[in-house]
Amino acid sequence: MNLYARRLWINRIGISISMLAMAFGLAALMWILWTLFSKGFAVLDWNFFTRDTPAPGTESGGLRNAIVGSVLIIGVTTLLSTPIGILAGIYLAEFGGRSKFAMATRFVTDIMLSAPSIVIGLFVYAMAVATMGGFSGWAGSLALSLIAIPVVVRTTENMLRLVPTSLREAAFAVGAPHWQVSLKITLRAVKSGVVTGLLLAIARVTGETAPLLFTALNNQFYSTNMSQPIGNLPVVIFQFAMSPYDNWVNLAWGGALLIAIFVLGMNILARVVFRNKSSD
Amino acid sequence: MPPHTADSGLPAALVIRNLNFYYGDFLGVKNVNIDIAHNKVTAFIGPSGCGKSTLLRSFNRMYDLYPGQRAEGEILFHGKNLLDKKQDVNLVRSKIGMVFQKPTPFPMTIYENIAFGVRLYEKMSARDMGDRVEWALRKAALWDEVKDKLQQSGLSLSGGQQQRLCIARAVAVKPEIVLLDEPTSALDPISTSKIEELINELKSEYTIAIVTHNMQQAARISDFTAFMYIGELVEFGKTDELFVKPKKQQTEAYITGRFG
Amino acid sequence: MSEISASIPTEPLFAQDMHASRVKVFKTQDAIFRQVTRLFAFIVLAALAGILISLAIEAIPVLKKFGPTFFWSNVWSVPDDQYGALISIYGTVTTSLIALVIAVPVSFGIALFLTETCPVWLRRPLGTAIELLAGVPSIIYGIWGLFIFAPLFAEYVQPRLQSVFADVPIIGGWFSGAPIGVGILTAGIVMSLMVIPFVASVMRDVFETVPPVLKESAYGLGCTTWEVVSHIVLPYTRVGVIGGIMLGLGRALGETMAVTFVIGNANRIAGSLYAPGNSIASTLANEFGEANPGLHTSSLFALGLVLFVITFVVLSISRWLIHRGSAKQGN
Repeated sequence: MNLYARRLWINRIGISISMLAMAFGLAALMWILWTLFSKGFAVLDWNFFTRDTPAPGTESGGLRNAIVGSVLIIGVTTLLSTPIGILAGIYLAEFGGRSKFAMATRFVTDIMLSAPSIVIGLFVYAMAVATMGGFSGWAGSLALSLIAIPVVVRTTENMLRLVPTSLREAAFAVGAPHWQVSLKITLRAVKSGVVTGLLLAIARVTGETAPLLFTALNNQFYSTNMSQPIGNLPVVIFQFAMSPYDNWVNLAWGGALLIAIFVLGMNILARVVFRNKSSD
Repeated sequence: MPPHTADSGLPAALVIRNLNFYYGDFLGVKNVNIDIAHNKVTAFIGPSGCGKSTLLRSFNRMYDLYPGQRAEGEILFHGKNLLDKKQDVNLVRSKIGMVFQKPTPFPMTIYENIAFGVRLYEKMSARDMGDRVEWALRKAALWDEVKDKLQQSGLSLSGGQQQRLCIARAVAVKPEIVLLDEPTSALDPISTSKIEELINELKSEYTIAIVTHNMQQAARISDFTAFMYIGELVEFGKTDELFVKPKKQQTEAYITGRFG
Repeated sequence: MSEISASIPTEPLFAQDMHASRVKVFKTQDAIFRQVTRLFAFIVLAALAGILISLAIEAIPVLKKFGPTFFWSNVWSVPDDQYGALISIYGTVTTSLIALVIAVPVSFGIALFLTETCPVWLRRPLGTAIELLAGVPSIIYGIWGLFIFAPLFAEYVQPRLQSVFADVPIIGGWFSGAPIGVGILTAGIVMSLMVIPFVASVMRDVFETVPPVLKESAYGLGCTTWEVVSHIVLPYTRVGVIGGIMLGLGRALGETMAVTFVIGNANRIAGSLYAPGNSIASTLANEFGEANPGLHTSSLFALGLVLFVITFVVLSISRWLIHRGSAKQGN
């Protein structure tokens, strides 16, 4: 084979391999989603949403308490991480500049973005559970917030940096105090980007199991008391899936499907929001 | 260097003495002395990088936003030095407004764009605010075009309209001085002439300082012109005189297009 | 020279104020605003410090008892109250390495596809699909791995792999033992699926920073796509690519749920990849809930500390590399 033909061959092989890789990735995604739907969809009936987790060995039951608990935990997490994340992001973009403190904060934020979430669960356990004397929904929200906040900080800062200086200067030129410039003008100008960051942060923490294992624990009964262990989807799925009971395993699939729908839905919503608004 | 006076007898809104402006260690504006005449239009012309925008932006302490930039000297406004560290910056900016080269509507409704600045310093009923918004938009010759869409976003306007919105916004807070930093360089000729008309009308009530790289514009609309070159104020005088019979050779060279 | 005209005489402007009092209020508001935002930024720093400190404090008892031998002891016995980190560290490291071995070439292929071969109209949707893969929560990979992948793996793939490598020295040993489906290898494979989208995204972003003129010059000389990628794009983006790989590694090390379901949860080290084992994260997930206070809990915290420190180092290097990669381009 002459040199040229050989090069073409190598190219063809390389391109094919890249297509295979892409197909592999897509196939994996499809396979997993397909499994989720086929195993979980049948479980999502009326009982699923209205009954609580069944005791071991009993038939029927649902995941109502887990769903409610998750909603509460994530709700509190959102309430906590939104102001903290946004304001910290504002600090980094508008005040911090290149100070050592700001550089250190950015560095730590990046690390925390990919840090093992189970270690964060351990930390919150040591701080909150051991000291407050018990597992609780609040501790769970605290742990999830520590994961969500870096996401919000990063997106907010990146978005604010995109605001043109002329807009910022125009706001100052009118005599507005800095906090109004930040909150009413520059933040508003990148509103859709910041909202996207929030949605992605929520999507991320919804699927997290490990941090809840040692903080919110689980509760097999219906409860809305955040100061006690509270039911939540991820931990229930963890327990039920590893169990020998068939109906528990089925419920686990249902719960997994529910989480997947929510998370993927949020991801898609975030992209749609961003694309629509940024075309202004 | 002898001070450049507007004209003996004409009151000066701003009196600038020995102004030096530093970007870090670099001296961008050197020892400027000039009076800005009250209720007249003063234009600053000169080639790129001559310091005219820098000078303008020192009038409302815009450089405060950027560490490393500083101004030394005096800018007297009602007898007080604006550059004094103790002088409150927001106060200055509430009396000296600015319009930028790029139209910068706030991400709000047209109504809110105007009301935002007013609300900072004045308490008003909704009715009075509505009146003020209308007044400002009329002053900017924009009212007829937007009166039915006050609740639409400011970003929905065309470039020329956005710039007039910014002028309305600056005027709404009733400043004494309005600074214009190349306000028409990003606009088409029709919008430009509309804004030049506007400036002509506004000058009876406001002191206007305008930076422009367009000499013809300066000749059209200003009463006084200052020519700057590499950070120095080379010549200053009545527009008619400066353009017809410039006193300095550099001025003449620039005006006749030999450089810049 | 005529007299400087006096500034316009007026009512003392700045005294008439409404304005002055408003401005005082603004000053205080701004001071508060600045402090509050600073405080919140500090929370992130404090969290990191808190994690390190609290883990270290809790780990002290077991470190005092066993000293540094804790880190390389392969004994983990709850009844005997004897603990060593080696089993878990081994599990963490091997599963992560397996995951990378699979993920790096696949991610490279995906990044290549998305930047060079894919028709432009398909790029966005396919790129989004890959990013959705990153969003799938780890617990879902876990149950899918346990119930769907592992049985199929045990039935169709493991026996074949075993017979292929049966007589090969050393490597044969890796594939020996009962093909039960769960184990170190399975955990590594499932983990690779999680890591691929991250590494692929970083690689793609980094590939896109190559100036088009550079690639066009190469194409202009008659280079094939493959040659452009391997001789121009890769060398140009080498630093960023390695940073991306380390990011994937950092994520893999900390992965919990995907691994816990399929690693087999056995506290031992075996020579074969088919054998069940444990990683730091899976040990924590399985045992912390019912750990005896005292040495057991303390050693779990010590494991957490080890994991956190390793991940911290890997992620720091990754960040530095990715930044250096883009700094080279003058960003």
